[in-house]
Amino acid sequence: MTELAETAPAPPTVRAAVKRIAIVPARNEEASIRQVIAGIQRFDPNFEVVVIDDGSADRTAAVAEAAGARVVRLPFNLGIGGAVQTGFQYALEHGFQLAVRLDGDGQHDPGELPALLEPVLSGRADIAVGSRFAGSGEYRPPFARRIGITLFSRLVSLLVRQHVTDTTSGFQALNRRGIRLFAADYPHDYPEVEAVVMVFKHRLRLEEVPVHMRERAAGSSSITAVRSIYYMAKVSLALFVGLFRRHVTPLEEELDS
Amino acid sequence: MTPVVVTILGVAASLALIVVILELIRRGRLRERYALLWLLTGVVLVALSAWRDGLNTIADWVGVRQYPPAVLFAVGLFFVLVVLLHYSTVISKLTDQNTMLAQRLALLETRVKAEREGST
Repeated sequence: MTELAETAPAPPTVRAAVKRIAIVPARNEEASIRQVIAGIQRFDPNFEVVVIDDGSADRTAAVAEAAGARVVRLPFNLGIGGAVQTGFQYALEHGFQLAVRLDGDGQHDPGELPALLEPVLSGRADIAVGSRFAGSGEYRPPFARRIGITLFSRLVSLLVRQHVTDTTSGFQALNRRGIRLFAADYPHDYPEVEAVVMVFKHRLRLEEVPVHMRERAAGSSSITAVRSIYYMAKVSLALFVGLFRRHVTPLEEELDS
Repeated sequence: MTPVVVTILGVAASLALIVVILELIRRGRLRERYALLWLLTGVVLVALSAWRDGLNTIADWVGVRQYPPAVLFAVGLFFVLVVLLHYSTVISKLTDQNTMLAQRLALLETRVKAEREGST
């Protein structure tokens, strides 16, 4: 709570009249969701905060609604990929020009939003990704996870021919093109790594922004020891098969934009 | 000893299985989640078919003296059973979710209708 209170006010560029949305996927995050929403609202009250409640068994939806967020309740757990894509579809349907995605567990600090938004607002990138490793991050994940993260960042960097340090980050800012791409097509389980490759295949510009991430405010990570084996196998397989996919043509520009 | 023809056919068939699985994923018709078990099946069958000494040794261990390729059938059958069982759990989950969706949709339609009638 104390950290959030120090959130800096939004820079002038962000105050410009761009219809913007904060997409917050959450599953059983009743303990932290209020702080996440408050942090975003404090940073910039013009953000419409949409919480995608991915089949929570606790009071996540009620707490989020009370905190002033719009809540989209999925009837059952879709997994993070399906939940996040629901958020992008909402953003697309309601004509948002700018979207940020922050996880409901509170590990993404709204105080980092100015840095994250800058490449997108200045038109340099279609998607900005908050990276724990791009800068002077002192974030040290557990050994096993570090191996996976390093492996995937090497692999993805090779595939997309651009140095990508953090392929598993869910802290992102996107413009309308990015929203449209992810609303139309988003990977299923553990989607972030594949999403990075997809972004490049559609010739969207991705830029990494060094950010600090906090320890989880509450709850536990969805990635347990057993699941990490499935994670590695699934993502490796998807990346390998992706190599043989024909390059997809860029999505057609919207007429109404 | 395993006949050479059996080895060649076994390797060819398992390789074909792997290629078909990968192609289905590539076309987006098979999700990685459901392909992994199939791929494991394919890889194990390729290994057992190609590695002739290994197959003979394993056959010897489990007491199959006359016809080592029987081990190939047994392993293949085991994996198919595992895949089928896995799919049964998947279908059960889908059935539950489908029921939930139908209920939610019906309730939503009723609510929309009631609200429309109330507003006119």
